[in-house]
Amino acid sequence: MELLFALVIGTLTASGIYLLLRARTFPVIMGLTLLSYGVNLFLFATGRLATGQQPVIGTAATYADPLPQALVLTAIVIGFAMTAFLVVLSLRSLADNQDDHVNGEGREMSASSKQEREVASK
Amino acid sequence: MTHWLIAPILIPLLGGILQVLMGYAPISLRRTLALTTTVLMLASAIVLLVFASDGSYRIYAFGNWQPPFGIVLVLDRLAGLMLAITAILALLCHIYATGGADKGNRQFHALFLFQLMGLNIAFLTGDLFNLFVAFEVLLIASYGLLMHGGGTVRTIPGLHYVALNLVGSALFLIGVGMIYSVTGTLNMADLAVKVPQVSGSDLNLVKAGGMMLLVVFGLKAAVLPLCFWLPKAYASATAPVAALFAVMTKVGIYAIMRIYPLIFGDGAGELANLGMDWLFPIALITLSMGVIGALGADNLKTLVAWQVIISVGTLLAPIALGSVAGLSAALFYLVSTTWTVAGLFLVSELVASQRGTAADRIVTAPKMRHRTFLSVLFLIGAVSAAGIPPLSGFFGKLLILQSVEPGVEMAWLWGVLLTGSFLMLITYSRAGSIVFWWTVDGDQEAPEPINSRISIATVILTCLTVLIVVLAYPISDYTRATAEQLHDNRGYINILQTPMHVPPNSLGEEIH
Repeated sequence: MELLFALVIGTLTASGIYLLLRARTFPVIMGLTLLSYGVNLFLFATGRLATGQQPVIGTAATYADPLPQALVLTAIVIGFAMTAFLVVLSLRSLADNQDDHVNGEGREMSASSKQEREVASK
Repeated sequence: MTHWLIAPILIPLLGGILQVLMGYAPISLRRTLALTTTVLMLASAIVLLVFASDGSYRIYAFGNWQPPFGIVLVLDRLAGLMLAITAILALLCHIYATGGADKGNRQFHALFLFQLMGLNIAFLTGDLFNLFVAFEVLLIASYGLLMHGGGTVRTIPGLHYVALNLVGSALFLIGVGMIYSVTGTLNMADLAVKVPQVSGSDLNLVKAGGMMLLVVFGLKAAVLPLCFWLPKAYASATAPVAALFAVMTKVGIYAIMRIYPLIFGDGAGELANLGMDWLFPIALITLSMGVIGALGADNLKTLVAWQVIISVGTLLAPIALGSVAGLSAALFYLVSTTWTVAGLFLVSELVASQRGTAADRIVTAPKMRHRTFLSVLFLIGAVSAAGIPPLSGFFGKLLILQSVEPGVEMAWLWGVLLTGSFLMLITYSRAGSIVFWWTVDGDQEAPEPINSRISIATVILTCLTVLIVVLAYPISDYTRATAEQLHDNRGYINILQTPMHVPPNSLGEEIH
């Protein structure tokens, strides 16, 4: 279970960071969302992975740590609000600049994807 | 346990909620209520500063849970000082904002007050996760404030600012998670006990977590590789917002000063002084970068925004060296630089409002109205920011220079800081003489009138530097005591021993 869990976190984070480095606002937002999923799972795992355990000390030999769950809940709520704000902001940026490049002036600066470069060269 | 500790958080919270509910009330009523809230907050901050100046730790445990369980607020000298700096700055920025900058967005005052609430939580909290929550509260309010006034110039810097801070939040959570997974606690006092006991393979986890937190605080403080969002964002923000943001970078510095000497201090065994040998060169490079940026700035606001980065570098260098004298000097300079830079933001906005289309760009333009008044304010701000003798910036830098012990560090710090100050002197002289002295013939088109609130707020904020010089002795006394308190973490750890149980029948007497 640990290996699977670690792989999931790793994949989410890696994909998140890749998307974050893209030049358009939509992939950036997707990247941030994936990154926050990865982080939330990571936080969840900091209390150690346990299945079928009670979150109460003293009732059994081992227990599931309830604190990380509370932390994850807080982080989810905050992350949700922040993502909503970022979506609105990037829509605003799209409306203001007629372009969803993160610098607001994609075409002039440089074509950001291979496909666009090909289109531009034709 | 005194209930005063919660006041600087509750007052802006309630005031902010009131503003949200009163979105459609007449603007004069909303302004009065908002200013009343800020004045009350300043009063509570001063009460806490007086409490803190006796050198003891006061704690406020939510739900009366015995620390390390539950969340605690902790008031010590550092928290008291930061609260007071912020409250004074906030009141003056708020007065300036009521001079007209708060129009155009009904929620300006609510956002402003929530921002203050977030700042105050960050300064008071004694819990690492609560610090994260405080950061998020102040950030989400700052996103709104940064957008205030609208316009296409603000969306792109705002987008960068939000995205970067979201990444920062993710890193913060990872760092906190790593530390929690080893120590099983998030209470700062308890961490100060548990971190030195960590050994074996867990050591690397805590080390990585601690370094990640340093990256996050570095992002908030805008140290070099993470500072490029700042000039654009601050230069495009409305003046009172940019002035309030002068304290935002100081939150990152506060967090470094709070956490590293306490948890990763001299007594932390193998983790002692974690990251501090990285921080020193980074601080000096940040300082140099700020100077280079300021030399290349083409308008006053960008120039002042780079000054923010310069002061971050100047502050972090002595903090990284970690001596009591260094911390004390850094705190003194922090008081001075926060107010000075904020004052310069306000002055730049006033200059921009008088120069029509030339705005605050460093170019020649027809003679502006109120030239003497504005140029004197700019002169005071620039002299203090560049660190030239009679004003407080000079004393701050002098204390920092004195605090280093002879050696390689001293050579580097003296060299970079003094060269930087000299180049800033040139930058300010050049900007000032072009903007104020070199005028072309012609009439200024449509200068906006300056009303009394705006000018009073700007004059007071700019002249606080003179007040710091007058009160230099008590302030440096206080910062020295603060540095000693930060250096000796036993007092903070003793929070854990504070008896929490209050017998029901004596409840009335316990509440002072």
